[in-house]
Amino acid sequence: MRFGGLTAVRSVDFTVNAGEIVGLIGPNGAGKTTFFNCLTGLYVPTEGTVTYKGTVLPPKPHLVTKAGIARTFQNIRLFANMTVLENVLVGRHTRTKEGLWSALLRGPGFKKAEKASEERAMELLEFIGLAHKRDHLARNLPYGEQRKLEIARALASEPGLLLLDEPTAGMNPQETRATEELVFAIRDKGIAVLLIEHDMRFVFNLCDRVAVLVQGQKLVEGTSDVVQADERVVAAYLGEPFQGEPGEEEAAEVAEAEAAAAAGQTDETDQTDQTDQVDSTREANKNTSAPETGNTPEETADTADSTTTDDVPSTTSTKGEAK
Amino acid sequence: MTDTKTTPEMPATAASAFLAWTWTAEFPGDLTIDGYPGGLQWLTFTAGILTTLHALAGYGIRGLRWLLPAGNNAPQFLTALGGFATTWFTVIAISVELGGFVNLEPGGWIAAIASLLPLLGALALPQELTGDTKTDLKAYIAKAEKIPAPTPITPWLERALITVITIVGLGVFTYGIDTEYGELFIGYLILVAFTMWALHTAGLLDRISRIVAHNRSFTLAMGFAAAIAFPFTQSDDHYANIGVNILIFGTVALGLNIVVGLAGLLDLGYVAFLGVGAYTAALVSGSEFSTFSGVHFPFWAAALTGAAASLIFGVLIGAPTLRLRGDYLAIVTLGFGEIFRIAVNNMDGVSGPDITNGPNGIAAIPDLNLFGFNLGESHNIGGLTLGRFANYYLLMVLIMAIVVLVYTRAADSRIGRSWIAIREDETAATAMGINGFRVKLIAFALGASLAGLAGTVSAHVTYSVVPTPYQFAGSTPPNSAFLLAAVVLGGMGTVAGPLLGAALLYLIPEKLVFLQDKSLLAFGIALILLMRFRPEGIVANRRRQLEFHETGQLDVPDTTTLTDEPAVTKAGA
Repeated sequence: MRFGGLTAVRSVDFTVNAGEIVGLIGPNGAGKTTFFNCLTGLYVPTEGTVTYKGTVLPPKPHLVTKAGIARTFQNIRLFANMTVLENVLVGRHTRTKEGLWSALLRGPGFKKAEKASEERAMELLEFIGLAHKRDHLARNLPYGEQRKLEIARALASEPGLLLLDEPTAGMNPQETRATEELVFAIRDKGIAVLLIEHDMRFVFNLCDRVAVLVQGQKLVEGTSDVVQADERVVAAYLGEPFQGEPGEEEAAEVAEAEAAAAAGQTDETDQTDQTDQVDSTREANKNTSAPETGNTPEETADTADSTTTDDVPSTTSTKGEAK
Repeated sequence: MTDTKTTPEMPATAASAFLAWTWTAEFPGDLTIDGYPGGLQWLTFTAGILTTLHALAGYGIRGLRWLLPAGNNAPQFLTALGGFATTWFTVIAISVELGGFVNLEPGGWIAAIASLLPLLGALALPQELTGDTKTDLKAYIAKAEKIPAPTPITPWLERALITVITIVGLGVFTYGIDTEYGELFIGYLILVAFTMWALHTAGLLDRISRIVAHNRSFTLAMGFAAAIAFPFTQSDDHYANIGVNILIFGTVALGLNIVVGLAGLLDLGYVAFLGVGAYTAALVSGSEFSTFSGVHFPFWAAALTGAAASLIFGVLIGAPTLRLRGDYLAIVTLGFGEIFRIAVNNMDGVSGPDITNGPNGIAAIPDLNLFGFNLGESHNIGGLTLGRFANYYLLMVLIMAIVVLVYTRAADSRIGRSWIAIREDETAATAMGINGFRVKLIAFALGASLAGLAGTVSAHVTYSVVPTPYQFAGSTPPNSAFLLAAVVLGGMGTVAGPLLGAALLYLIPEKLVFLQDKSLLAFGIALILLMRFRPEGIVANRRRQLEFHETGQLDVPDTTTLTDEPAVTKAGA
């Protein structure tokens, strides 16, 4: 995914299997949400495809949802002036068919469908524990409940894969724990979950697998132990010794500092390699900026080398295989 | 709770209406007679009665308690203020029009003083003192904070109440339409506005809307019964003409409400669809000036053709433009609206194909004949005469019923929810599986065809269609700016709102002739004031209502604050 000259996400190969909870972590600006937006069709990927249950999804949000991938948003995007129940009913949109004519004529089929939708929505509200607030306006709910309602709205579209964008942002520990249980309960319904999160305890408690995204590229993927042990991940979060090109004014000063610190840097060679390679692939990317032809297998191989991913398909792809 | 000293003055206001206010009948309404109120004096009389009732209710007199459920003093102050404003407006209008205060008879002076006293009395009423002058003053015009829950009443009593309210409403509305001169209409507007404000502060409007919510279909039926009853109360067909024009305007505004109020698409060229419907009906209804003069469809076919033509235009205009959002869509629709008018103007056989006769339009559209009932002639039904416009008025009530039905049913369904979702947050809506473009196109096309349907009747009512009314902004409705103003002023997303807005926006330029060339300026100011003080419109949406009831208001200001009170009084006086 490129925005002009900036490559936000590149060569992220990612597979979510049925009944799995997968975490996606990374520092701010790593491209996690952009990756989500690519998956759900809000952004049209410059290159690559999204595959769900073996079919390639078109980059149209409503078709992606129809196919069975639902999402929530990082900054809550509820329909603020609709009631709680109506919000969930909107989520049912793709699973119902009544058009304008049936709404105007109000035949028995319409009433049946409306009733079924409402029952299903109420089930979901009970599932997340908001049934008693069905007639409240979404805007008047407290923050934590708005997050829950957004999940219920996403679940209403009967997804096989649920994408949660920072479901615990701004929550206190109790609410986070409740969300944790909610995600497990969703998984138990047979829905695969892919979530972006900054709360590491939450992620490592919850997720079967965790992938780390840094500067738009997948750094590492594996169980929580593997990820936690990886020192590149630690470096990505906590920073690493200074290595980039310094500004003109600072050049001399930095040179001095580097000379002084040269002895202490021996064990950081891994990171040095890493950064260089990211830079080089970016340049490569600019060179091969012609559409369609870019992201050639060799380039991906390049990236695959540097990020040491295990599977090497040739395109930016996500295979959500649920059920 | 009530200051005993003030009460005698309140009936005094009412009583003063029976005196002569001026010596000459030159001031309209003949206010020269002792012992009988005339014209504007009736308004003062009504205001005095209302204030007295509220004062008595303030005492807690049995049988009047329901007037003040919260027991607050604001309604009393506001009714007194209404009486004061009406009376002083009259007195000043007499002085200005006849040239000086000498034209006031003693009765006029008495009325002026008598209406001032209850106002001062109401100001002396004890309020909860907070030590903050601003809040103290605000208590006189603010809605009661705690309104006790109403005692439940039986369903038949609720229905009886709705019936009474409908009859009173019809009476008030009819009085407004029948006002014969501008001064009376202004006085009427002042009094109605203050009374409604007082009822709002008393919490009575909330109670009424709750009762209405319980009996939605009954209220709708009563509303239509009142609408049908209107022409039978009119002796002069001129007022039925006003009625039918309000209905056409209101129906089109309701169609626009689907596009703007539900789907949130700002359409600034909506009147073009009314024009398409009107022109189509004119072309196929057997006018000798029509290009297809041989064609004479029966009304139902002409109406369907008009609606279908508008639908096609709606889709044609919507398909390329609905990919745009917000302001861009507004600009493009504005452009299309103007293109329609200019195109119709040019299709006269000289600068374009000969279809619409250019600026001359299509004249002599024959009157409708439904089942042998010629709408162009007067008919005598049960001793009451229904003139030509009354006939069309009844036909228009039928059309409006269809539009209201379409609106309410569409709004409360899967498609209606998806419109509202699109309006609230288009990105989230598409992420929930709504095909934004398709759903918006349906809203646009539906709105267009409803406007076209109204247009087919309007072509017959006005005998002829010409391009001039179908413009973006003009001094008389309907035009796109007025339609949008009616929707916004009345209350977006409601059924009653656009109808009320349309009635107001039609009546004000109609009644206040002196305002005609400044009406756009006046509406601009009115809209700015409204957006500042009551952004949800006169009739608040159900969603907004919920907001009022559940957890208090978050971002909708209460009602008016004190700052605009002097402004209103000044405008009135």
